[in-house]
Amino acid sequence: MDLKEKLVSSFLAFENKVDIDAFVHDVRSDAIKIFEEKGFPSKKEEAWKYTSLNAILKEDYSVFPKQENALEYKDVKPYFIHDIDTYKIVFIDGKYSSHLSETTHDGIDVCLMSAALSKPKYQLVIENYFNKAAEKDSLSALNTAFSNEGAYIHIPKNKVVEKPIQIVHFSTGSDAATMLQPRNLIVVDENSHVQIIERHQNLTSNAVLTNSVTEIFANKRAIVDYYKIQNDNANASLIDNTFIKQKDSSIASVHTFAFGGKITRNNLNFYQEGERIDSILKGITIIGDKQHVDHNTLVHHIEPNCESHQDYKGIFADRSTGVFNGKVVVEKEAQKTNAFQANNNILISDKAAINTKPQLEIFADDVKCSHGCTIGQLDESAMFYMRSRGIPEKEAKALLMYAFSNNVIASVKIPELKQRITNIIAEKLGVNIGFDL
Amino acid sequence: MSKYTEDDLREELKTKEYEYGFYTDIESETFPNGLNESIVRAISKKKEEPEWMTEWRLEAFRIWESMTEPEWANVHYKKPDFQGISYYSAPNSKPKYDSIDEVDPELLATFEKLGISLDEQKKLAGVAMDVVVDSVSVATTFKKTLAEQGIIFMSISEAIKEHPELVKKYLGTVVPQKDNFYAALNSAVFSDGSFCYIPKGVRCPMELSTYFRINQAGTGQFERTLVIADEGSYVSYLEGCTAPSRDENQLHAAVVELIALDDAEIKYSTVQNWFPGNAEGKGGVYNFVTKRGLCETNAKISWTQVETGSAVTWKYPSCVLKGDNSVGEFYSIAVTNNYQQADTGTKMIHLGKNTKSTIISKGISAGKSQNSYRGLVQVNARAENARNFSQCDSLLMGNECGAHTFPYIEAKNKSAKIEHEATTSKIGEDQIFYCNQRGIDTEKAIALIVNGFSKEVLNKLPMEFAVEAQKLLEISLEGSVG
Repeated sequence: MDLKEKLVSSFLAFENKVDIDAFVHDVRSDAIKIFEEKGFPSKKEEAWKYTSLNAILKEDYSVFPKQENALEYKDVKPYFIHDIDTYKIVFIDGKYSSHLSETTHDGIDVCLMSAALSKPKYQLVIENYFNKAAEKDSLSALNTAFSNEGAYIHIPKNKVVEKPIQIVHFSTGSDAATMLQPRNLIVVDENSHVQIIERHQNLTSNAVLTNSVTEIFANKRAIVDYYKIQNDNANASLIDNTFIKQKDSSIASVHTFAFGGKITRNNLNFYQEGERIDSILKGITIIGDKQHVDHNTLVHHIEPNCESHQDYKGIFADRSTGVFNGKVVVEKEAQKTNAFQANNNILISDKAAINTKPQLEIFADDVKCSHGCTIGQLDESAMFYMRSRGIPEKEAKALLMYAFSNNVIASVKIPELKQRITNIIAEKLGVNIGFDL
Repeated sequence: MSKYTEDDLREELKTKEYEYGFYTDIESETFPNGLNESIVRAISKKKEEPEWMTEWRLEAFRIWESMTEPEWANVHYKKPDFQGISYYSAPNSKPKYDSIDEVDPELLATFEKLGISLDEQKKLAGVAMDVVVDSVSVATTFKKTLAEQGIIFMSISEAIKEHPELVKKYLGTVVPQKDNFYAALNSAVFSDGSFCYIPKGVRCPMELSTYFRINQAGTGQFERTLVIADEGSYVSYLEGCTAPSRDENQLHAAVVELIALDDAEIKYSTVQNWFPGNAEGKGGVYNFVTKRGLCETNAKISWTQVETGSAVTWKYPSCVLKGDNSVGEFYSIAVTNNYQQADTGTKMIHLGKNTKSTIISKGISAGKSQNSYRGLVQVNARAENARNFSQCDSLLMGNECGAHTFPYIEAKNKSAKIEHEATTSKIGEDQIFYCNQRGIDTEKAIALIVNGFSKEVLNKLPMEFAVEAQKLLEISLEGSVG
């Protein structure tokens, strides 16, 4: 039985277990139909031209999370941004871990999707927002069909959330390959401000496939900063679907730090449903071995006077492959749009490969849109400059690569996170950069 | 100061009918509609081709039958009915002429209307013409001058008879029969086209040129061009097209193969101005062309194109940079107006070491047209020190048109240096204002700006062609280009 059949046949059992709410029940049933019809995407589809899921779909994943394995905070501490006070929503094998988490209902809701789906007090928000941003593509639909657990964050009007929120997914799947489908919903009302850090971490040597969907709604003048840390082990694959709807004058930024995993696919979609919106998409990819990272972005400019800024940097070593597929659509009503897209890559091994496809689809005439894309090497004269001043080759290379990705790091607003990212990069490049930032 | 605004321009563009829309009434011999093996055999027989050629066509036909029309391009149109087209038509004034006087006077009048009369052309800077009207060459000039240098320039059907060894060796090597749907169709039914061979070390003394015309109602035209530049030779080849105004859609599926052997250089320039359909988007030519060149060591192929016509364009002149140090270039201006749709670009396949490619693409969309750039830059694992620079600029006039960019960049070698940049903009009001202020009216100002926008590409055209290119830009963006 292949994975698709297994998932489709598990659906009934899943529904019986969790069917609590008629509204979500219909959404799930529709979604499983979409998945059943479309199946997993293949390389024949344009959006999946450079990424094949075949290698990871072969595993015999257990679809339902097992009993919770207890984890001690001290064992998993390195995976948190632990030097600052944060709210935490922690999942172990898809199950909520109250022991590790720190949620709140004090003025804001930082809690669980399962609670939001079942308790009447959240019903209005769920009906207004749940599955309203997600596309009907097969993987998002699959997630919708099995949507049950994840983070639920609702920030009401005029609140500046004073500390960041961490969403961490651990997998311990001690006996078998595990498939996880977390579903996050984040609603930020007018004038509010929130910072969220998300991380997926596999703690075992068993295969893990995570198919995650995150829906983010930034209402008028809201500011949302979302950081994704993807630094997993070689058995973990991640399909991360993120859908962001923005209203007038809101600012949403998503930083994706892709440092590893077996196959990582980021589907990041922004929809600008208002004027004077700013959307920021940034990413750093540093991978090696046989890792594969695919960034698939969409910015849909629907209304006038909006901006979008994309900046993706990639460094590829060993036999790793990278994909960047960025699409900017400017509708004809969206006059005065400024859309920028940049994708810079460095290949440091002959076995590494990069495929990039920055697309523009423009229907309005009074716009400024540009995209730039480069593939190149480290500057030889800069290398020579440093070598002649006694900096060893490895360190010199690392410095250049760090400088290469610095644009993206510089825009991280949480200092502790910035430090953490810098450390991870130094570790990836195998050097001690020797200075703090 | 003139009150002429962009809106006026748009209005004018909308109402501008195809100027070269006329129809030459020559009695022609036409095959019944439809395509099957016997039609393919009949075409081959009609052209008195040898057995191997017939077999080659039949093989292509069988491949074509098993293929389906590609749908990935960003164009929408009513699929042509491939069984509703006649695959062969020839002007009946045969046999071929030795001198221009013998050519059907009506035909000559047509060329005169197009501003490309043979007489005029003969006088112009030594351009040899291999004129193709409805699939059969009717006049060839300057053949003797070329022959002295050992240059072979003739119709491909003649070449099949007279130089079978060259045709057999190179035909289908760059664009194989199974390459794509339209290439397979072309391979099966191609009626005529040009063949050119430049011997070792010869620098072709004049620009070689062919005018293609689609003339007979309801006939598709399937040109096949094969240009071979032997070691160390150089040739500049021009191709230009205009077609009469017609209501039903006409299909054009040409194949062009260029082969540049070691140290050779081929410069291939195209001006395409087929009937783009009227202001309502009715009629117009479907242009589905496969053009590809192969570069051996130190060779260079340069494509320059000015695309102003056709209702639907699907065209990607490409370079396979097989040899070390080879160079590929692509310069393009694509203008779309009314309901025209263009999906055009290039492919640069870097296989050899130290290969270089340059892509400059300028898209201008007006009216309700859609203009797409689609390109591929591929650096293979063994292509050390490959270098590519791509630039795609789009200019939009009005908010009913669209400009799209789909660049694909695939690098498998760490020493590759690839740069791609694209911009989209409109004619700035400040630019117009600047010109107005200095006494240049808005119409002229737009002309100036569009001209400047396309200059990088126009400069690459040979002198003889630059004039024609300007003329075509004029027609497409009437009144705005000086």
